[in-house]
Amino acid sequence: MNQEVMHRIQFAFTITYHYLFPQLTMGLALLIVILKTVALRTGDQYWDQAARFWGRVFGINFVFGVVTGIPMEFEFGTNWAQFSRVSGGVIGQPLAMEGVFSFFLESAFLGLFLYGEKRLSKVMHWFSALLVFLGSWLSGFFIIVTDAWMQHPVAYTLTQQGHYEVTSFTGLLLNPWALLQYMHNMCGAVITGAFVMTATGAFYLLEKRFEHYARIYVKVGVIVGLLASIAIIFPTGDLHGKYLARNQPATMAAMEGQFKTESGAGIVLMGQPNEDTGLIDNPIVVNDVLSFLIYGTTKAEVKGLDQFPRDQWPTTLPLLFYAYHIMAGLGTYFVLVMAIAAFLLWRKKLYRATWILWALLLSFPLPYIANTAGWMTAEIGRQPWLIYGLLRTQQGFSPTVSASNALFTLLGFMGLYSLLSILFIVLIYREINTGPAHAPTAAAEALAS
Amino acid sequence: MNFLWFWLVAIMITGYVVLDGFDLGVGILHLFLARDEQERQTTVRSIGPVWDGNEVWLLAAGGTLYFAFPWLYASAFSGFYLPLMIVLWLLMLRGISLELRNHLDLGVWRSLLDGLFGLSSFLLTIFYGAALANVVRGVPLDANGYFFLPLWTNWQPGVHPGILDWYTVIGGLVACVSLTLHGALWLTIKTSGDLEARARRIVRPLWIVLVLLTIVSLFTTMHVRPTSLANYYKYPVTFLIPVGVLAALAGIWILNRAGKPLRAFLCSGSYLALMLVGACWGLFPTLLPASTGASRDITLNGAISGPYALQVGLIWWGLGMALAIGYFTLVYWMFRGKVRTDQLGH
Repeated sequence: MNQEVMHRIQFAFTITYHYLFPQLTMGLALLIVILKTVALRTGDQYWDQAARFWGRVFGINFVFGVVTGIPMEFEFGTNWAQFSRVSGGVIGQPLAMEGVFSFFLESAFLGLFLYGEKRLSKVMHWFSALLVFLGSWLSGFFIIVTDAWMQHPVAYTLTQQGHYEVTSFTGLLLNPWALLQYMHNMCGAVITGAFVMTATGAFYLLEKRFEHYARIYVKVGVIVGLLASIAIIFPTGDLHGKYLARNQPATMAAMEGQFKTESGAGIVLMGQPNEDTGLIDNPIVVNDVLSFLIYGTTKAEVKGLDQFPRDQWPTTLPLLFYAYHIMAGLGTYFVLVMAIAAFLLWRKKLYRATWILWALLLSFPLPYIANTAGWMTAEIGRQPWLIYGLLRTQQGFSPTVSASNALFTLLGFMGLYSLLSILFIVLIYREINTGPAHAPTAAAEALAS
Repeated sequence: MNFLWFWLVAIMITGYVVLDGFDLGVGILHLFLARDEQERQTTVRSIGPVWDGNEVWLLAAGGTLYFAFPWLYASAFSGFYLPLMIVLWLLMLRGISLELRNHLDLGVWRSLLDGLFGLSSFLLTIFYGAALANVVRGVPLDANGYFFLPLWTNWQPGVHPGILDWYTVIGGLVACVSLTLHGALWLTIKTSGDLEARARRIVRPLWIVLVLLTIVSLFTTMHVRPTSLANYYKYPVTFLIPVGVLAALAGIWILNRAGKPLRAFLCSGSYLALMLVGACWGLFPTLLPASTGASRDITLNGAISGPYALQVGLIWWGLGMALAIGYFTLVYWMFRGKVRTDQLGH
């Protein structure tokens, strides 16, 4: 067994599973603020009640996110000791900041939001929802800063002992890569939140239950979902792609399946990369588009993998190619389905159009797949580097932790996470089945009337 | 600056032990003390609003350790790989069982999660104590500053020990008994009626066992690590730390008998803090001693981050801690006093 591979698989598995929860909570946090804002401005109790329901779903996801997040901080040291030793002086900073700031902020105000409604004024309750949102987005920012430094190291110096030390705190936090990746990533989180909310609304409409709430969910979900789906392609995805092409050209070439350097490079919509022949099998190509997307002119030269020695190629090239194409393909689908839904919403036909409600309902897993594929694109794309251009992945794992020990603990995580998955599904099913309250309480109705 | 960060990290770990300590103790005790569902609810509610905030101290301390002492973090976390993974799983099971026990209205579900909560709390205290004892005893660091410990070997704390040997098991027992006592005192503050009376009664046997274990651990530590008193002889005034430990122990007994549970609880918090500070002072400036020879010790100046990082860190760390302390004051103030049983059942 290969020690490096086992450590990589363990980290990939635990972080992929973990990220199923924060992507929803970060997206929902924004949507809850929107629901609460409308409730506050109009005094409509239905919107308040709608927000309360999503607060409960948020709470369950938050618990699972926190619990599965604890291993991530440990694994930097347990599984990636050599990496931690040389780079802790830089990325320890944002990671520790996440621990010190975001968790306190989030758990403090989530408690107030979920259990403090009776004790707080309406404005204060809205404010606690806003701070939950800020806390969870701040948390995401620190994590992206950490990852962005591994993708695109800035603001560091190498000490005599061979360690990296931060030289500019603001330089580290304002890493251009981090800002681009953060915007792109947060759009992804909002898409997950919007699709889950829309799917729940569509489910209720098809079931003919809680229809008043269902219309709120579908309306908010579709509008926010459409905006975020557009924003994830343009400008955030576009800018991120251009920056990637300039700073990790080998990664970009592998993602696009660009084996040979050429001007007027076409974009591969489908196909299978063949590392042995250096060709894409069964390709569907649109000419000149890639050059245009990266450099703004159709005839610009795009570097292919032939410009780089073989040991600089991403190690799992086909996986990277597919992950990227799944992400991009699903992104296009999101715009399409949300645009159709938005059009029907505008023509006041959406709530009765069964076919599109079915499509919206069945689409809820797709953002999870797209976000996971996007995360894989970033991380596999960085290979064979752990810190791009500075440290190889094979130099980063814990030398004293054998492959079989890593495998043993990986199996432990798999067992534990299977158990967690069952619990999660039972709890979420129960929450959705119970639904938002059938009607606002008598007291709330008295207030509203 | 280096000196400062050593003690800041030490304070954070102490803060974690004192705060999460009582909810771990409550976790162990609720299996024995709570007799029916209402009492279970009361015990769980006594820590419900604060436990995850307490646990954040662990993550914050871990993050701070990572950024201030990357070398130590890397060596210790990879060397203690197996126990840390077990600790991780236990932390996850504990968090899930506590948060989700009231989500499903099934007797079997609650019994299962209550059992899980008690068991994971118990094992965590044992592992924490054993971990600290491992650090005091030393680990077999190699020439590159790495090590890997099996869970146990022949139970002897020699050059190549296991995580568990007779010495670290004593450490685990000290942690388990002291945190259970800490939790019992918390319950006498937060609960009333039969539950409070039972919690108060269990303090006495726990106290007697803890006094014996404390004395045993002090002597065995001097036996396992003969140099652990060097700093104390150099600065004799620091012998006040072990004197303080004994005074805090006496205070627990006296104040509990006098019916002043809050003060007794503060004494047991002081006991935990002074035990940790005493251990750190015995090691200083070593962070992780090597059982393979003192030249391989991981020391403060060898493991610390650069001065710029530490300066910047001090600013945001101070800000973060001020916010955290404000938040903690607010939460503990909001949930002050005994758990009100009329509010049970949501």
